[in-house]
Amino acid sequence: MNRAALLVLADGRFPAGGHAHSGGAEEAITAGRVRDVADLREFCRGRLHTSGLVAAGLAAAAATGYDPLLLDEAADARTAAPALRRTSRRLGRQLLRAARATWPCAELDDLAATRPGGAHQSVVLGLTARGAGLLPVDAAYAAAYESISGPVAAAVRLLRLDPFDATAVLAHLAADIDHVAAQAAEAAQHVHTDGVAALPAASAPLLDLTAEQHATRPARLFAS
Amino acid sequence: MHLHHSDTSPDGHTHGPNGSGGSGGSPQRPGGRRALRVGLGGPVGSGKTATVAALCRTLRGELSIAVVTNDIYTREDAEFLLREAVLPAERITAVQTGACPHTAIRDDISANLEAVEDLEERLGPLDVILVESGGDNLTATFSKGLVDAQIFVIDVAGGDDIPRKGGPGVTTSDLLVINKTDLAPHVGADLEAMARDAKAQRGDLPTVLTAVKSTGGITPVAGWIRERLTAWTACPA
Repeated sequence: MNRAALLVLADGRFPAGGHAHSGGAEEAITAGRVRDVADLREFCRGRLHTSGLVAAGLAAAAATGYDPLLLDEAADARTAAPALRRTSRRLGRQLLRAARATWPCAELDDLAATRPGGAHQSVVLGLTARGAGLLPVDAAYAAAYESISGPVAAAVRLLRLDPFDATAVLAHLAADIDHVAAQAAEAAQHVHTDGVAALPAASAPLLDLTAEQHATRPARLFAS
Repeated sequence: MHLHHSDTSPDGHTHGPNGSGGSGGSPQRPGGRRALRVGLGGPVGSGKTATVAALCRTLRGELSIAVVTNDIYTREDAEFLLREAVLPAERITAVQTGACPHTAIRDDISANLEAVEDLEERLGPLDVILVESGGDNLTATFSKGLVDAQIFVIDVAGGDDIPRKGGPGVTTSDLLVINKTDLAPHVGADLEAMARDAKAQRGDLPTVLTAVKSTGGITPVAGWIRERLTAWTACPA
């Protein structure tokens, strides 16, 4: 394996459509719940330990070679808000396009053929990591990091935050990312024997509700 | 079975003229090639949407056209085109760009490619797809992975020194449209200097000075599209 592939996959400039999404940050900012760097840190901590953990578990499981279609259903079950399901599948489809061009493999082609409308982003991420020769824990890291790097980049634009302070939020949460990735990778080890019930199923109801509100706004900078 | 076209083609992963980013799936026109994709970029307010609207009105009777808009903050460009009824609603798709219009047309073209391919899949073979960028700065250019040719639209009221200043949009676009020439006397713009500067920056690449909203103003731009389409169709796939 080449561990360096993880740097390519987790790079915010990897062309998989993420730049147009804020991970709920825009709606939280619009509602006045996130106003400064301290708020952003707490928003990211909450997101990391809920939807970030769920995505990391699914990604790690996909990277083990577990059936991506079962994981795709498990992602549906763990994503209550229809708006977030649509966003996740759209981003999954865009990631699949980038992944098939970057690390071509039969498993990615098969998923594209069976889910032409897009599979969930976390599942595609895990399968991509597998195709790139990475380990399940690497996939978990990429998913956990992605769950908060997008909101931080969006907050820099929306709140005009000092970009150094905003990046420090990500560094500050490094230990949390370690913990979430380890927890997710550990759970993924049991998916072959215990099924998808072994995977984390945390939720963040406020993110679900605000995602639906955001989807109906006539004017917004970010798609989600 | 949901076989993509790329799954049955020998070069399903290439970024060649008949597929982008390994997804394929573009229906082909009778000539054997997918639709010609033309990007329209340029500064805010230069007349990109007006150009798209005028092109649609002029060409829709002879060509099968669809449009992708990239609004920065709202869906206003898409809604303008719908309100003006330049094309049926199912032929217009809006993409959101997350505060960075140039990213969505150059650095990460995922959402735009998806929109283009969804239009082709839904509508069947098309002749031309116009991809309109959100208003941006003079460095904004389209990725070759997204479009086959790009038009850069500036206007005389934005300053008659823009052609002289250059930048990738002015110097490298396949067609430079200098719009709103009717305003030149009112804003003190020197059209001859603009044409001369554009020629110096662009060499043999064509430049059109026009007012796309005036009668016949879109004719040279529509003519250029027809020429590009003829060349595109004649070129082996």
